[in-house]
Amino acid sequence: MYKYDQYDQAMVDARVEEFRDQTRRRIEGSLPEEQFRPLRLMNGLYLQLHAYMLRVAIPYGTLNGAQMHALADIAEKYDRGYGHFTTRQNIQYNWIKLEEAPDLLADLAKVEMHAIQTSGNCIRNISSDHFAGAAADELVDPRPYAEILRQWSSFHPEFSYLPRKFKIAVIASDTDRAAMRLHDIGIQIVKNDAGELGAAFYVGGGMGRTPMIAPCINGFVPLDQLITYTEACVRVWNRYGRRDNKYKARIKILVHELGAEEYTRQVEEEFAHMLEQGIEPPLAELERIRGYFQDPDFKTGLTDRADRSDPEFALWIDRNCHPHKAPGYVSATISLKPVGGIPGDASVEQMHLMADLATEYSFDECRVTHAQNIVLPHVEIGRLHELWTKLEAAGLGTPNLDRIDDIIACPGLDYCSLANARSIPVAQKISERFAANGKADELGQLKLKISGCINACGHHHAGHIGILGVDRKGVENYQLLLGGSEAEDTSLGKITGPGFNEDGIVDAVEKAADVYLANREEGERFLDTYRRIGMDPFKEALYG
Amino acid sequence: MAEELGVSPDAVQFRFRDDEMADHGMVTVDSFVEQSNAVAVRIEPGDDARELLPHLDRLALVEVNFPTFGDGRGYSSARILREAGYTGELRAVGEVLVDQIAYMRRCGFDAFAPDTPLNESDVEAAFARFPHVYQKTVDGVAPIWKLRRG
Amino acid sequence: MKILTGNDLKTGAVTWWDGQGWSLHVEDAVDVGDAADEIMGREESARRVNVPYAIEAELDGSGKVRPAHIKDRVRALGPTVRPDLTLKPAEPEALNWVI
Repeated sequence: MYKYDQYDQAMVDARVEEFRDQTRRRIEGSLPEEQFRPLRLMNGLYLQLHAYMLRVAIPYGTLNGAQMHALADIAEKYDRGYGHFTTRQNIQYNWIKLEEAPDLLADLAKVEMHAIQTSGNCIRNISSDHFAGAAADELVDPRPYAEILRQWSSFHPEFSYLPRKFKIAVIASDTDRAAMRLHDIGIQIVKNDAGELGAAFYVGGGMGRTPMIAPCINGFVPLDQLITYTEACVRVWNRYGRRDNKYKARIKILVHELGAEEYTRQVEEEFAHMLEQGIEPPLAELERIRGYFQDPDFKTGLTDRADRSDPEFALWIDRNCHPHKAPGYVSATISLKPVGGIPGDASVEQMHLMADLATEYSFDECRVTHAQNIVLPHVEIGRLHELWTKLEAAGLGTPNLDRIDDIIACPGLDYCSLANARSIPVAQKISERFAANGKADELGQLKLKISGCINACGHHHAGHIGILGVDRKGVENYQLLLGGSEAEDTSLGKITGPGFNEDGIVDAVEKAADVYLANREEGERFLDTYRRIGMDPFKEALYG
Repeated sequence: MAEELGVSPDAVQFRFRDDEMADHGMVTVDSFVEQSNAVAVRIEPGDDARELLPHLDRLALVEVNFPTFGDGRGYSSARILREAGYTGELRAVGEVLVDQIAYMRRCGFDAFAPDTPLNESDVEAAFARFPHVYQKTVDGVAPIWKLRRG
Repeated sequence: MKILTGNDLKTGAVTWWDGQGWSLHVEDAVDVGDAADEIMGREESARRVNVPYAIEAELDGSGKVRPAHIKDRVRALGPTVRPDLTLKPAEPEALNWVI
């Protein structure tokens, strides 16, 4: 993975001191809150429902053992014993004190981490495939491109006061494991007929109030024009994105209102101009970064079989281990979704354990997924049982990857001042219900996502089953959506009808699951059956 | 009589140019394009700076207004003008604050007229804060990727 | 009744105007009536509170202050899913008060 050189370190250190100074000025009174707010947001610090919340950046979800240990230390020293992994591959701490934030950031800087631009109207964490560098189906590792974009976007002088936030995802496989088309810019690294690598640009996707799937505006941008093209896309939006209404300011609105064709025309015009400015780093810089993403020293001659005599272990292998490009290896998913637990939360002890496991079993590397789990990307099949035993002992061994109880949930009204309803208790009740009724196995792949408000941080539009919490005259209410997908068959969920209370939504999810079980054909997932039979059978079951 | 646009020279608190500060009569972008004898223009956030590009040869002074510091369109306006070869004074006016002034300078501004005068040592610290830059822009500073090549 | 809430600038802790200062406990909140803006303006300028705002509340059956909206009640107590992290970790009925 990428390692800072003296320049990267100097920039992060300077940023810490900048924020230290800004915090001092705020506390002393020379900087008023309305001027301080965007500055603290650009250092990841929100004023949230209970306290300041800090969102630490985990670039494209990749971190090493030392960094995971540091995240655990932060939870212990500055917070209340746990952290929350997010749907953009970052981590959040809910109980931070402003006066301690600069020291916290200084601690992070020591392990090449930061909270730069994880909030605010600027370019946010660039996300990627959590199986990058391991999956057999990727063209190349997408992360060097994410890294070069990360550096380009950091402290960008023209793009730090954009109309709204800006989210970029980079993948390099036809299988989309990063919800690429639901980002402001989604990039897929592709190969042209001449065998050259380039970037396909998808611009104008997003969730939130008005979910949209990004159209492809350019199917092949040469890699030595990647930064220039991205700059053109953002500059066009910065100039024309709406400033009068924050609900209509995202680039997806601009692309939608201009039409993809006109937006593309403007970008290509700007792009032609920018090409003359020489802002692109040379290919040698990309090569330098790529050097950090070489394959680790995979062993050869390894066994491709694990001892499946323990049925619980066998279940975990089947569910949570993903095929690897190197023989004898898998990518193993550590579930942060124990039955009845809080999705995405990990305690100090669990984080320290995962750090050690990454070092011992996975070439000192782990990943945060947008589904709020942790991946050990390169694990020898022959060592899986040993690994699993340690995970099980720590409550991290739930074999539920992509099952109905592998729920994505935003923090919701328990933590978030934007929320209309609590999402975590709903997640807990659903996972408990399906543990009790024993249907989770039968249901197979079923991606359930819960958002506590229309901002959709739980990605409910992209759930096979989605749940949206709303406020109905001061009482929490939940809408059910069906048929969303975050993968390459991207689709947006449809609301079934009137909402339900907390118990009602749990029943509704079970009813929807039963409709699938009653109607499915060979090989169909929930999503496939829904797409085939449509909404009516579900409406019938739900509302009679 | 046309409304007087533009800040008075006294309001320019910081200026990084060797030439004399001029006090030209300032007009809007629309007027500038129409009036062939205008030499100074004030750009508002909603204006398209590119409309000025055919007329750079008679442009001596540009003011870009930041009515609120959170509206970042002025950064693009400035950079577009510099990229096109404008070398005259490029002045940031309005809600110009300590914590954005360094970015403004990177985008090509060389004069600053904040609504509220700024603390000079804070501004000096702001300009000196970051030892390097990641992006190549119009300020002539070599970005990190250039320094890495030696 | 109208009560005021905000956050402590330095620590971020949720606070409630108790008539003289800012308390961590919603039970201490007082009805500010028409004086909300005046109090908030003064307290915020002095940095004794950060981003204050006024909310509706009522006195419940036992005469205790209870914010009208569930969001403010969650704010007053703490996350319902982590009773151990709330202001009343040892009181299971505190959860009922929120909901």
